[in-house]
Amino acid sequence: MSMLSEIVTALKDRFADVADSEFRGQARLVVPPLHCLSAMRCLKNEYGFDMLVDITCVDYLNFRDATDRFGLVYVLANTESNLRLIVRVMLNEPDLAVPSVTPLWEGANWMEREVWDMFGIRFEGHPDLRRILLPEEFAAHPLRKDYPLQGRGERHNFPVLTRAEA
Amino acid sequence: MAIELPENVVVSKLDSLANWCRKNSLWPMPFATACCGIELMATGASRHDLARFGAEVFRFSPRQCDLMIVAGRVAMKMLPVLQRIWQQMHEPKWCISMGACASTGGVFDTYAVVQGIDRFIPVDMYVPGCPPRPEQLIQAIIDLQDKIQAEGTIEGREFTTFVRQQRKRALMELPIIGASQIRTLPRQGVN
Repeated sequence: MSMLSEIVTALKDRFADVADSEFRGQARLVVPPLHCLSAMRCLKNEYGFDMLVDITCVDYLNFRDATDRFGLVYVLANTESNLRLIVRVMLNEPDLAVPSVTPLWEGANWMEREVWDMFGIRFEGHPDLRRILLPEEFAAHPLRKDYPLQGRGERHNFPVLTRAEA
Repeated sequence: MAIELPENVVVSKLDSLANWCRKNSLWPMPFATACCGIELMATGASRHDLARFGAEVFRFSPRQCDLMIVAGRVAMKMLPVLQRIWQQMHEPKWCISMGACASTGGVFDTYAVVQGIDRFIPVDMYVPGCPPRPEQLIQAIIDLQDKIQAEGTIEGREFTTFVRQQRKRALMELPIIGASQIRTLPRQGVN
């Protein structure tokens, strides 16, 4: 079974523009959106990362030393060797789209819908990319940093029931 | 002309009799979405024993209830559900907003949480607290009983005029906002 550092090196050799870093013992790969799906497929099929633990996203707007707007985070796990790998895909407006990984891990379906709901990142090839948490008619993506904390009046757009009506 | 009545006959108004019946058999609809719901359950359980006040039969169908207790924060996505349940309840019906979140949104001043259910449905009693103790909820139900007895429900005249609002025991000490109403409030202490 390969060690994590070997996997990282192999991925860097295989795909262009792949960077890596380490934080508190966790290996992180930064993959360009172009190679996202093929790198994921390689990690799953060749290196045994059979479990997609989580997909989430970070908005780096006004973050110190940040160069990219959004950081998409995939947490992968190998259930045989217990290795964990964090794969990041950096995205910038207006091109907020990555290929969906639902063909590889079925569990990505709802996680990608949540990231779409909260950050407005499109997952191309997703079978059913609808909002999952917020109401269908919600217009914005509220976990973006430029979204106001108290909303844009969405929570006031309901009919008021009075005693006479109800 | 005086009518002789036997000692065991009491003369009253039909309104008064109906209100007396209604106030002593409230059927709560628990709309419990958060930790207030736990206190609501404790209120109904044997230790605090809501049965002493005739409101112990919680029903989970709005068709069988006349008192909605909204216990907990109401998310924006939940509000249409709340309104629908309120509309499904039969008249006469009352609503208690239990806890800080249901009454004002509480600490959840975010894009997704309704800032007080009284913006969208009528509320008769507000219970402060985060969450309120069962004693506070029981007090609210007792106050609501007073309100039901005093204000009546026949012909839907309840809870409308300021004169009737003045009788609310829980709100007597609080100023009621609105210029036309402030003048009629009795002044207390200061000139």
